[in-house]
Amino acid sequence: MRYLPLTSNDRQQMLAAIGVKSIDDLFADVPRSAHLDGLVDLPLAQGELEVERALSQMAAKNVAAGSVPFFIGGGAYRHHVPAAVDHLIQRGEFLTSYTPYQPELAQGTLQSLFEFQTQVALLTGMEVANASLYDGATACAEAVAMAHRITRRSKAVLSGALHPHYREVCETYAQFSGFQVEALKPTPGLADPIDIDNETSCVVVQYPDFFGELRDCSALAARCHQAGALLVVVVTEIVSLGAAKPPGEMGADIVAGEGQGLGNALNFGGPYLGLFAARQQHVRQMPGRLAGQTVDADGRRGWVLTLSAREQHIRREKATSNICTNSGLCALAFTIHLALLGEAGLTRLAQLNHAIACNLSDRLETVPGVSIVNSSFFNEFAVRLPKPAAPVVEELAEFGVLGGVPLSRFYPGRDDLTNLLLVAATETVTADDIDLFAHALGEVLR
Amino acid sequence: MTGWSQALAAHSEAASDMPTFTGNRGLQIEEKLIFEQDSPGHCGVDLPDPPAHRSRLGGLERKAPIGLPGLSEPQIVRHFTRLSQKNYAIDSGFYPLGSCTMKHNPRLNEKLARLPGFADVHPLQPEATIQGALELVETLAHWLRTLTGMPAVALSPAAGAHGELCGMMAIRAALTARGDPRQRILVPESAHGTNPATAATCGYAIDPIAANPRGRVDLAALKAKLGSDVAALMLTNPNTCGLFEDEILEIAAAVHAAGAFFYCDGANFNAIVGRVRPADLGIDALHLNLHKTFSTPHGGGGPGSGPVALAASLAPYAPVPWIVHAEGGRALVEHVEGPAANSIGRLKGFHGQMGMFVRTLGYMMSHGADGLKQVAEDAVLNANYLRVRLAGALSQSYPGICMHEVLFDDRFLKDTGVTTLDFAKALIDEGFHPMTMYFPLIVHGALLIEPTETESKASLDQFADTVNALAARAKTDAAGFHAAPRLTPRRRLDETAAARKPLLRWRPESGQREAAE
Amino acid sequence: MPTLRFTKDHEWIRQDGDTAVIGITDYAQQQLGDIVYVELPAVGTRVEAGKEAAVVESAKAASEVYAPVSGEVVAVNDAIAGDPAKVNADPMGEGWFLTVKLADPNALDGLMDETAYAAFVAEQG
Repeated sequence: MRYLPLTSNDRQQMLAAIGVKSIDDLFADVPRSAHLDGLVDLPLAQGELEVERALSQMAAKNVAAGSVPFFIGGGAYRHHVPAAVDHLIQRGEFLTSYTPYQPELAQGTLQSLFEFQTQVALLTGMEVANASLYDGATACAEAVAMAHRITRRSKAVLSGALHPHYREVCETYAQFSGFQVEALKPTPGLADPIDIDNETSCVVVQYPDFFGELRDCSALAARCHQAGALLVVVVTEIVSLGAAKPPGEMGADIVAGEGQGLGNALNFGGPYLGLFAARQQHVRQMPGRLAGQTVDADGRRGWVLTLSAREQHIRREKATSNICTNSGLCALAFTIHLALLGEAGLTRLAQLNHAIACNLSDRLETVPGVSIVNSSFFNEFAVRLPKPAAPVVEELAEFGVLGGVPLSRFYPGRDDLTNLLLVAATETVTADDIDLFAHALGEVLR
Repeated sequence: MTGWSQALAAHSEAASDMPTFTGNRGLQIEEKLIFEQDSPGHCGVDLPDPPAHRSRLGGLERKAPIGLPGLSEPQIVRHFTRLSQKNYAIDSGFYPLGSCTMKHNPRLNEKLARLPGFADVHPLQPEATIQGALELVETLAHWLRTLTGMPAVALSPAAGAHGELCGMMAIRAALTARGDPRQRILVPESAHGTNPATAATCGYAIDPIAANPRGRVDLAALKAKLGSDVAALMLTNPNTCGLFEDEILEIAAAVHAAGAFFYCDGANFNAIVGRVRPADLGIDALHLNLHKTFSTPHGGGGPGSGPVALAASLAPYAPVPWIVHAEGGRALVEHVEGPAANSIGRLKGFHGQMGMFVRTLGYMMSHGADGLKQVAEDAVLNANYLRVRLAGALSQSYPGICMHEVLFDDRFLKDTGVTTLDFAKALIDEGFHPMTMYFPLIVHGALLIEPTETESKASLDQFADTVNALAARAKTDAAGFHAAPRLTPRRRLDETAAARKPLLRWRPESGQREAAE
Repeated sequence: MPTLRFTKDHEWIRQDGDTAVIGITDYAQQQLGDIVYVELPAVGTRVEAGKEAAVVESAKAASEVYAPVSGEVVAVNDAIAGDPAKVNADPMGEGWFLTVKLADPNALDGLMDETAYAAFVAEQG
C-alpha cells in the first residue's frame, strides 16, 4: 500500500522489540465486545487510477461555472485566480506545514500571515486584523460575540439586508450562548429602520448589502456610538473594497467578511476564508490567531503567534472563542493573489467588475418586464422579474445559462420577494455571455 | 559518537556565525516584507481596460489609496518561494506531534480537489447542475457512518472545534426537547483546551474529572460527579495521554444511566480507525478531524474540517443543510423545516468544506477498509516501538502499552537545568520538529509523541537515536540547550516583547527596523 | 505595622487601617513567567472575597487574580498596566494591583501569615 512505509519484515522486527506476539496485543485495552471481526463493510484499497476514475465520474455530473455564462454571487464570487497562486500554495513547505507554534521553523508562514493581516487592515481601513477565521458567516457571529464582551450587553441588531446565512449562523450561536439577536426583515431597495437602545451591543450591516446596495454607514456609526453600541460591518465581496470607500472610514468598530473572492476557488462552498478586523483598543478581545512582529536572540526581525493567552489552548473555558484553526492556506492564497494585483491591479480589477455589472444591468433592463431594484451596486444587484424567479432560473439552466440566484431560495414564505433574482457579474463575464443571458431571459419570460 | 561531539565542540561558534554581505546563508535567503519592496503603479496581473460606464457606486467611491504595494510576477514568485524555504513541513521531515496526526498528505488528493467539476462549482447553483457534488458528500457520509458505526453525520462544521460546538449544541437541543435542561459538563483534566472552551460557549458550567494513577478517567470520581444536572461527559478516546480508556463501557453506562449524553473528541481516531467503531463504545456524538486522521493538508494552520457523527437520539438536531433523496436525484434542505424541522440551525455559510471532502474521500478510497485498518495498526505499532526505544532515557508517565501516541514528562530532566522547552529547541537543530510540549496538563513538562503510520522504521530509528543522545547530553550541557536552536533562519524569538507591545501589521511611518537597537 | 497575609491562590494582601493593598506573590510571578498584560478593575467596583478581581496574562498563561477579601476598589496601579514587567521585578512592592476599602476590618484574620505561606509554597514542590 503506497502510503505505508512499513514492510512485513519491519512489523515483525518491531513487534519483537516491543515484546508482544501480535499487533492485537497492543489493542488489549479495547473491550472484547467492541472488537470487530474482520473489516468494516467498505470497498478495499484501490490504486490512483481507479480512485481518479470514480471521482472524475462524480465531478462530471456537475456543471462547472467556467463552462457556461455564469452570473451567480450571493456571498461567493467567481474571480480569476492567476496561475502563480495555485503553484505557490502547493509548495510542500506551505501545503504540508503545521500551525506555526514553533516560530523558528515557521517564519515563512508567520511572515505571510503578517502580510495578510496588513493587507486586510489596509483594505478595510481598520487598525488591526487577525490571521483569518473559518468563513464570513462565522466571522460575523464572532464579531457579535466580541461586541457583547466589550459592551457587556447582550442584544445584537442585524440589518435585514445581511446575508441570510450570516443571520442564521448568528441566530444559532445566540440561541446557545444565551444572547439575543434581533433580525430585521429584508426590504430590498429600502434602508432598514434600525432602533438602538442602551441594551444594544452592536448593529450589524452588510456593505455592499445582500441585494448589492451600497450605503454610507457613517451616520449609523455615530448613532451607535452615542448609545454606547458598536457598529459591525460585514463585507462578503472583498473585491468591492478596491473601488468603494472602506468601512473603517465610515466609523466601523469591527469588520467581518469573506475573503474567498481573492485567491480561492468557488469549491462548492468551502473551504473559505473569514476576515476579521477591529480597532487597536479592542485587540485583546479579538478571536482567532494573531501574528506579531518581534526580534530573535540575535536581534533580527521575525514573527511569532502572539496574544495567545486569549485562546482556547491556554484560557480554556475563559477563552475569547473556542476557535483552534485559522484558514491558513486560503489566507496564503489571498495574500499571494492580492500581492500580484497590488494597488493598481486591485483598483483596475474592481473597476472592471463594476463596469461589466453596469453593462449587464443596462442590457437586462432592455428585456421586457425586467427592472433593476438597486439605486447603487458594485458587481451584484437584484432584478425584478414579471414572474417567480425560481422556475426562471431552472429554465435558464436548461438554456445553458447560470443566471443568478432566486431570492426565494433564501426567504421561503416571503411572497413579496419571489419575483426577485440576485445577479452578479465579475471580470470573468464576457460581452457574449451578457448577450446570451439577455437573450435566454427574454425567451424564458415570453 | 566521539566524532560527532568533537565536531560539535569545534564548530560551535564558527560556521553559523560567518558573516555575509547579504545576510543570506547559502540556500537560506533573507526576504523583506512585500510592503518594503513596493514599485508604485506596478502590477503582477495584466487586466484589460474597463469598458466605459456610468458609475453606480452611489457616491461611495474610494478616495484615498489603499496602500498596497505593487510588484511583478517574478518578484512575487521569488518572495513566496523564499518564505516557503523557511518552513518545516511533513514533506521535508518528521513531525512527532502528539494529538495532531501529522501524516503524509497524498498528492492525488490535491489533483482530485482541483477537478473543475469540484473546484469551479458554486454552492448556489441549481440542484440539477450539482448532483455530482451531492453524491460525493453523501458517499463521504456513508464512509464516515460505516467507520464510526453511527447512523448520521453532520458535515458542515469547518474544523474540529467547530464540530465540538455542533455536537454540544445538538446535545443541548435534545435535552431541551426532552424538557430536561441540565447545567454541567464533565471534562477530564487531561482534555484539550477546545473542550471546556466549547462547553462554555454553549452556556454550560465545566466540572473537571481527575485522572487515576493509570492515566485514565477515574471511574469512581466520574460516578461521584454524575447527577441529574449533568448534560454530558466530553471524553477523548484514546485519551490525550495516548491511552485507551479501558473502562469506557462502564463510563458510557454510568453516563447514560444518569440521563446524560456521551460526547467523544475524535482527535485520536487514527489509533482505532477500521478496527473499533465508536458506536460500539456507547458514544452518542463524535467529531472527526479530516485534517488529522484523513490526511487533508494542514496548510500552515488550516483549513480543516470537523464532521460530527451522531447517534439516532441526536440525529434530528444536526445543523442544516441536509442532503436528502428527492425525485430525480439528491436535494438540499437548507432551512429548519420538513425533515430538518428540529435542526439546531445553520453553523456556517453554504454547505461545508467541500474541498476537504474530496481529498478525504480520495484518501479513504485509496486505503479502503483493509488499508484503513492497517493505518491504525501501523500507527499504534510505530508509537509503541518509539515507546520501548525511548523508555530507557526518558520518563514515561504511564508505564505499559500505549495507543498511537506515547506520553513522557520532564522527570528525566530533573536537576539538569534543561526544561522541556529547551529540549524541544535542541531537537530543531537536529532537523526535527519538536513533539507536543506541555500538553496534557496533568503531567509536568509533558512531551507527547505521535509518529503516525507514514513514518518508516528508519525514520523512527533515527529519531529515537537522536532523542536518546540529546537526553544523555542534557545531563552535562545545559548551556547548549539554552542557546538552541542555532541553525534555523531565526533563533529563539522574544514572545514576551511580542505580547507586551503587539505589532500586528506593517506601517509605513513607524520605520519598523529589521534589528533592535 | 501593616498586617501582611497570603492566600492559597498566591495573592498577598497588606492591611493599613481600613484599606488594604493586594498583589500577587513572587511564587505566582515565577509560575506565570514574563507578564505581558494586566486587566485591572475600575475604581469604585465592589469585589467579593474569592471572586475574580483582576486578570494577569503571560505569554503562556492567563490567570484570574481573586480578591482575598470583600470591599470597594479605591485605587488601581496604572503603572503595571503600562509596564507589566514591574509585576515580575517587584511583585510585593511596585507590582501591586489594587487597593480596597475593607468591608470587614478583621477579614485578614483567616488568611495565612508569612510563615504559613512559605510552608504552603514549599509543599507545592
